[in-house]
Formats: sequence, C-alpha cells, structure tokens
Amino acid sequence: MSQSSVMPGFRPTIGFTLIYLGLVVLIPLSTLVFKSFALTLDDYVHIITNKRVLSSFRVSFSSALIAASIASVFGFITAWVLVRYSFLGKNIFHALIDLPFALPTAVAGIVLATIFQPSGFLGKLLLDTFGIQVAFKPMGIVVALIFISIPFVVRTVEPVLLEFEASMEEAGASLGATRLQVFTKIIFPNIFPALLTGFALAFARGVGEYGSVIFIAGNIPYISEIVPLLIVTKLEQFDIEGATAIALTMLVISFLLLLLINLLQLWVRKRSGQL
Amino acid sequence: MSISLFDISKNFGAFSALNHINLEVPEGELVALLGPSGCGKTTLLRIIAGLEHTDKGRVVINGQDKTDQNVSHRGIGFVFQHYALFRHMTVFENVAFGLRVKPRSIRPSNELITKKVHALLELVQLDWLHNRYPDQLSGGQRQRIALARALAVEPSVLLLDEPFGALDASVRKDLRQWLRNLHHELNVTSIFVTHDQEEAMEVASQVVVLNHGRIEQQGTPSQIYDHPANAFVSRFIGQTNVFDLDEHDADWLQTAGLLTPKQGEKIAHVRPHDIIIEKSIDNATPLATLKDWQHLGALIRIELVKNNLNGLSDASVFAELPNDKFKELDLARGDKVNLKIRQAHWFH
Repeated sequence: MSQSSVMPGFRPTIGFTLIYLGLVVLIPLSTLVFKSFALTLDDYVHIITNKRVLSSFRVSFSSALIAASIASVFGFITAWVLVRYSFLGKNIFHALIDLPFALPTAVAGIVLATIFQPSGFLGKLLLDTFGIQVAFKPMGIVVALIFISIPFVVRTVEPVLLEFEASMEEAGASLGATRLQVFTKIIFPNIFPALLTGFALAFARGVGEYGSVIFIAGNIPYISEIVPLLIVTKLEQFDIEGATAIALTMLVISFLLLLLINLLQLWVRKRSGQL
Repeated sequence: MSISLFDISKNFGAFSALNHINLEVPEGELVALLGPSGCGKTTLLRIIAGLEHTDKGRVVINGQDKTDQNVSHRGIGFVFQHYALFRHMTVFENVAFGLRVKPRSIRPSNELITKKVHALLELVQLDWLHNRYPDQLSGGQRQRIALARALAVEPSVLLLDEPFGALDASVRKDLRQWLRNLHHELNVTSIFVTHDQEEAMEVASQVVVLNHGRIEQQGTPSQIYDHPANAFVSRFIGQTNVFDLDEHDADWLQTAGLLTPKQGEKIAHVRPHDIIIEKSIDNATPLATLKDWQHLGALIRIELVKNNLNGLSDASVFAELPNDKFKELDLARGDKVNLKIRQAHWFH
C-alpha cells in the first residue's frame, strides 16, 4: 500500500468502499446464496429446467437485450442532438429525458399499456395499418424497457460527446474525409466505450425491471412472462425455494453478462489507446 | 502553389474580426501571420483552409477560386494548435488517415500506403514511434506527427495554427529550425500563425503583421525590422524606445545627436542597439543615469534613466551593448553617461 503516501486518504476511502459494498451489496446477495443452500442440486436443476422458468429467462434476457440495443441507438441520437445543436426548448428536452428516472415505473407501465392496447391510440394505429399488436405481447415488454432505459444511454454518452474535441473532426475533414467518414472513423470510435457503458446500464436495468413491464406484458406464461414476475408469483405461493433458485440463477447470469460487457469495454479502450 | 486573398471581411456578431484583407502569397514561400491575440490571424488562416466562411471576398489558391469549396476538397494541409491527433488511432494510422479516406478509385494500395507513411514518419524522424498512441507522445513529437499527417495527402498549401504555441522553450527552438529546413526540402507554400515576433522573424521568409483585423505591413523580416511601416509594427517587432516631441523630448534627442524630423512627425522610435553609450567625463550635461543591467547572453541590456534637461522626467531608456563593449566601459549603477543615437524611425 505504498500508494497511500502519494495520494492520501487511501485507507479511509477503501474502508468506506468495502463497508458499503459489504452492507448494501454483498450481505443481502450472499443471504440469497445461503438460502439456496437449503436446496439439493437435484431440486435446483428441477426448478430451473422447468419449461415455464426457462421461457421466462428467454423472455427477460432477449427483451432486455433488444431494448438496450434500440435504446442505445435512440439514446445516442438524442445525446447528439442535445450536445450538437441549440434550439428553442432545449431545457425542457433535458427535463423530459430524465423523467423516466423519476416516474414510478408502474405509472409508466399503465400509461404505455393504455396507448398501446389494441383499442388505444397508438395500438389501434399499429394494428390497423401494420397488423402489429404491441401490448400484451413480448414486444410490449421491449417498448416498456426502451422507455425505462433511454435516459441511461443519453446521460452516459452526453458528457463524452460534450468533451469531444471539435478540432479532431476538422482535422479529419481537412484530410479529405467526408462527413460520413468523419463520423464513422473519428467520432463514433471515440464515443463507443461510453455507448457500451450506456448499453450495459440499460441492459441491467431492463433485466431487473418489474413495475412497468407487468402492466403491458400481458404476463402470459411461456410467452410474455418475465423472470421477476415469476419470482413474485412463486413467493405468493410460499414457494420460497423456487423463488430463491430462480433469483440466484438470474444473479449469476446478470453478473456474468455485465462482466463480459466490462471486459469488452476494456478491450475496446485498450485497442483505441485510451488506456 | 500561390495563395491570393481578395477583400476578405469577417464579422462575429458586432465584432469585426477581419477588415478588407488583401494578401498575395507567392509559390514556395514560408509566410508568418503575426499579430497580437485577437487580431484575426487565426480566423484568416481558417478562412484560407475553409474551416470558416468569409462574409465577403474571395480565396484563390493556384488560380482557382476556392471560396465556396468545402475544406475536404481544398487540398490543404492543416496543422492544429493542439495537434488534434486522432486519439483512438496509432501514430501510423493517424498519418495514413488521409490516404485511407480517399475514394476507392484513387486510393493507393495498402503496400503503397504503408511505404508512404513510413517515408513520412522518417521525414519527421519518428518512425520508431509508429505503434504508439498520441497520448503516449510528448508535445514536440505530437506536433511532428500532426505535420506528417497533413503532408500525407500532398497538400498544395500547408497551414499551421500556432505550431509551436503549446511547446516549451527549448523544444520550440529546435522545431523552428527543423520546420525551416523541412520547408526548404519540400518547398510547399506554407502559412503559419504566431503571436511571437521572434518566431516569425526566425522562421518565415515573409512576415505579415496583422492588427485589429487589418494588415499593417507585409515584407521580408529585414524589411519589417528595418523599415516598419507604422508605429504599431515598430513597437510590435523587437524592442523599441519611444520618444514623443510633444513631451519635451526634443532638446534631449537633439543633444543625443538625432536629427530633427521631417515636418509633422513627432514620435521617434529608437532600437536599443542604436543607442551608443559613452562614459560622461566633463559631467556638464549628462543625458542619462545608469540604473541597472541584465545579461542576455551575448548582449547586455542596460536600463538608463533619462535626465531631462528641465529635470522633470524619470522615464527609462533601454540600450543594448555587446558584452565586451560593456566591460570596456566599466560602468557602475548610478554612473552618469552620455548617449549618441545612431538612427530612429519617425512616425506621426
């Protein structure tokens, strides 16, 4: 710990970090792990390989993945608009973007379900013109998750875009690059690590989201039932073991996926000389 | 390639950055745009590059009107003040960028690009760094890479914005010499912006002095130094002592051997090295008192206090003497001295 002499305050801050991680993250999560020890391996495998459970995992992770991807594109464009242009009502725009952070997610879910249901304003339009039904289908989950996760992408990309040196773009243009080449070869690679962070946050939020989804998903087993709902259902039936097993699996998969994204990010930043 | 500017004007809101600029840069010259900060020199450079639009006037490069052409089609090389290297690319890829973004039909082959980039990196003596990222380089190295990158597209003109501004003094000195030599080697028409008159005089073959969005004077360094067009240029280029006849300096200057000016000219600018110091022997009318001196290497800068004949003024006059001359005089602080002024520039 020789660093502590160069940068003072190492001991108290690492101590605080460890206490925080211990109290707020590790202890509750390890309780989950200990609870699951009550199960035998056979029980565990039996619960997890249940067809309804597997379907819900597929629904949860695939819709979170799709939603995070779409939110990344929309969020990037939104951040671009907010940083690059000045226009009337920009501040209102800023406030609107943060709204999903503050809004109770159940409210969001109810509102989305209302307009996207087959008789709703947007739902009717989509159903009549394209024959697509959004609410009470897996697509409804994706819509709800996009709504919830866009601010994560906007707020992670925005500061990096703000800091981006305009002279790098000018240098690219002076060397003969077109606008598109400047964007794909200079701007995007510099923003990509931040976008990846935004994606990871959006994805993590999407996997764990409960409130907004249950109102719009329809919650049909095997089709549009998400993992968090299944856990709640099991708890309501006093099936503590089942809920624990599913929760633990969810925890492990989420952790592995986030770890993977972090490694990918490390690799991208290393490759682009930012480390 | 030659560069011609006709009647360029540019306003930023109510602020007029450039005022009816006409400038002719002959082929192969290395021109310095020199002026105090805010004089419009960087704006002018960016207008030539196409990074900024002019409100009025034409930009003509090699006989072709480029006023409305986008920067990416102008065929210029631009070196930015803070280098603007692509952080996410290696040094090699930075230099190769201009070649890689060419349309497929005129893009050189990969082997050709590799060869060319290495040749350029050798030109700037940094080939051994080709695998590094910009963040791992020193300021001077980054500047040279930025130059190699600009040269890769074989620009018809090279534009440099304060190329040495962010470097420390010793690196700056080396790079100036290096840029001059490189220019001799490549002979590409180049314009660089600087606020440092010493740098402009040392590097450029032509100096353009700008102030308040206007060109005050254009000429070779010796023309600018020996025949400043006006008081601003005279004061901006090198050290100068200012005497004002209205402030009762007339008698003093006459005693110092300076001829009276032409009709109407009242301000005399005297270079420090045009003042000859003689030890006062008779003490009858000593012109100045020695206050202090500083060593500037080969020269000594001497600060004198003017003894006005009416005994009022205590303004300082600066003179410069070679080291050995100063030793010969054997002066001490507080000594009375007589002065001879060799020549002055007179202004209204």
